Amino acid sequence: MTKFRVDRRTVLKGTGAGIVALGAPHFFIRNAWAQQFCNDPTKGKIVFGFNVPQTGTYAEEGLEQLTGYKLAVQHINGEGDGGMLNTYKPLSLKGNGLLGRKVEYVTGDTQTNTDAARDGARRMIERDKAIMVTGSVTSGEAIAQQALCQERGVIYMSGLTHSNDTTGKDKRRYGFRHFFNAYQSGVAIAPFLAEAYGKDRRAYHLTADYTWGWTQEESIKAATEALGWETVATVRTPLGLGDYSQYLTPVLNSGADVLILNHYGHDMVNSLPQAVQFGIRERQANGKNFEIVVPMFSELMAVGAGDAVKGIIGTQNWNWQLDDEASKAFTQSYGKAYGAPPSQSAHTGYVQAILYADAVERAGTLYPPEVIKALEGFEFDGMGNGPTLYRDSDHQCFKEVLVVRGNEKPTSRFDVLNVIGKTARNEVTYDPSIFGGELGPYEPNQC
Amino acid sequence: MNALLAQLLNGLDKGGAYALIALGLTLVFGTLGVVNFAHGALFMLGCFCAVTFRYLITIETVTVDPSRVSPWGAPVEVRTPVVQEWFGDFGAILVDYSVPISLLLAVPLMLAIGIAMERGLIKHFYKRSHAEQILVTFGLAIVLQEIVKSLFGANPVPQPTPVDLRGAADIGAWFGMAPHVLTYPWWRLIYLLFSVAVIGGVFAFLHLTTFGMVVRAGMADREAVGLLGINIDRRFTIVFGLAAVVAGVAGVMYTPLLAPNYHLGMDFLVLSFVVVVVGGMGSLPGAVAAGFLLGILQSIASVTEVKSLIPGIDQVVIYLVAVVVLLVRPRGLMGRRGIMEA
Repeated sequence: MTKFRVDRRTVLKGTGAGIVALGAPHFFIRNAWAQQFCNDPTKGKIVFGFNVPQTGTYAEEGLEQLTGYKLAVQHINGEGDGGMLNTYKPLSLKGNGLLGRKVEYVTGDTQTNTDAARDGARRMIERDKAIMVTGSVTSGEAIAQQALCQERGVIYMSGLTHSNDTTGKDKRRYGFRHFFNAYQSGVAIAPFLAEAYGKDRRAYHLTADYTWGWTQEESIKAATEALGWETVATVRTPLGLGDYSQYLTPVLNSGADVLILNHYGHDMVNSLPQAVQFGIRERQANGKNFEIVVPMFSELMAVGAGDAVKGIIGTQNWNWQLDDEASKAFTQSYGKAYGAPPSQSAHTGYVQAILYADAVERAGTLYPPEVIKALEGFEFDGMGNGPTLYRDSDHQCFKEVLVVRGNEKPTSRFDVLNVIGKTARNEVTYDPSIFGGELGPYEPNQC
Repeated sequence: MNALLAQLLNGLDKGGAYALIALGLTLVFGTLGVVNFAHGALFMLGCFCAVTFRYLITIETVTVDPSRVSPWGAPVEVRTPVVQEWFGDFGAILVDYSVPISLLLAVPLMLAIGIAMERGLIKHFYKRSHAEQILVTFGLAIVLQEIVKSLFGANPVPQPTPVDLRGAADIGAWFGMAPHVLTYPWWRLIYLLFSVAVIGGVFAFLHLTTFGMVVRAGMADREAVGLLGINIDRRFTIVFGLAAVVAGVAGVMYTPLLAPNYHLGMDFLVLSFVVVVVGGMGSLPGAVAAGFLLGILQSIASVTEVKSLIPGIDQVVIYLVAVVVLLVRPRGLMGRRGIMEA
């Protein structure tokens, strides 16, 4: 009879074999293991979180964005006329929801406040189990939400955010921006300013005192100085200030002949008419007509500013009057649904929701790292901006930038801005390293 | 020098607005002893009197133009103000001057709102502590702004300056300077004159009429006036209505300068309290003096040279002044001894 003996070698062999035996299944099911991610809706609903300002300074832009998102969900689910799904290519969506399941959504009010935006996004992730969060009208909201979404492993598709920081020093692997940025505005508008006002100008900047204002001032200053313009002064104004008169009075005798308003939303709606009230556009300085420039425009702001906007040059991400097939399809679809043409805020919301959904369909999974990879370096067309690239190194979209001018003779209350030119995509493309930042890891954190 | 003159003019203009807004607040505190946190909301309601009047006067007839189609396939609507159809050019003038004309609506409406507010709510809190008065009036302000939000939306509603009063007056040329050296917007000049006129009117009312004399006597000793058989409560109710009117007309005339929104009252509330505290709680001349003082200081602090010396001074100057005044003279610049000094 053989006696079973447990010696040191037997223990070592047994332990080694045990580790291999236990580890092997993990190796073979690695993918399935990794698919456990935040708000994995294997059994539950597929929920998008639309987090936009519905009150506060930028409520109007936020509500417009929300209508764009709602229309996108209709089209993703196969309802309505399909809008830009008829022109978008390459299209993977099948008009039957996401991976064959209907998309639902929850909405939140950021109150045009960074803290409220972050809290709203957190609530959507924790309570509503949103698989994707989207929406913003300020860069502060966008940066705060994308940082949170990176922590939680939930993809964030930003809405309106124009600061260079969003896809620069504050960029995140889980954050994607379709909207253009301040650098692109500066590059796009400069040749048009040179043509309209010449290369010998002295500019005075009034700038909203937060991340977007700072980066826009920096970008426009660099672009205009490259033209040969001199910068007389850069003055910061508090965000949300109503009466700008104490900042406008010094402009009059500053020696400047161009006033550049780095203001957006209600700030611009107040500052531009007040500047016009001060008679700035009727003045002569340095032997030239005094001019006003608003580098970043929106239709809603233009309507709010009334007659003051006539003749003012600025830039836009998209305009409903563009005559490409995609813009026409979207304007028609939106107009039928809401009785008015879409703003660029509605367009951005619509496009971002569609791009996310299409990436999921392309990836064949909701697992965020795979969806991120499907969006990174993705080339598409038929969304109203011409051929567009979602650059992999910073998650910024590259496409044409529109240069617009306040309409002198509007034919309707929607006809406020005329497109006077487009700056080509290659001209507004830049080296991502100039704005720094790190995207961070693909692998998601658990909720 | 010209830049300094322009900035001084701007300070007077801002100061006029501050003084006008603070005047009603200090009037209520001086007479009724109530700290009215709903005063900003009254200013906002005044703004929306102008908005409402413009809505009414620009009610349009809508006709469909079948020859024109919108980009989404719907026929284009042509809109014409009814008043213009009825009165022709005169109708167009009414629409153009809707802001100043809306004062005719604002005065009785704000008087009624003020009286209703005092009789319906404020009078029940006369004998309560200031903390309770602040809570109830602050709550009232929130209710009022939410009502306005539900009626008019969350976005600002721009009100146009009459065409003839747009642009800037060449003030320098009036004094023999070269053209365009010293200019200032017409409507802001009008607002400054309007502020001075209303402030003067309130002072005249309180000092040159029997009603005003009784009110001032009531402010000094309410019980003694009551013992003389005068119904001082009724007069104080009217004073509350007057304060609401002052806040309301200040709001009406401010609308071309700043597109009103439902939150405007809260934006002005803190500012008007600072003005009242610096001037001295309950002191009408103090509120006016502090309004102009703070307006001028804020304007001077916004000059580029001053900002480059002390960054951010433009945003804190009025609060710094308030801190200094409260430290050195807790009753405010012209406040009565004993008021808010305990």
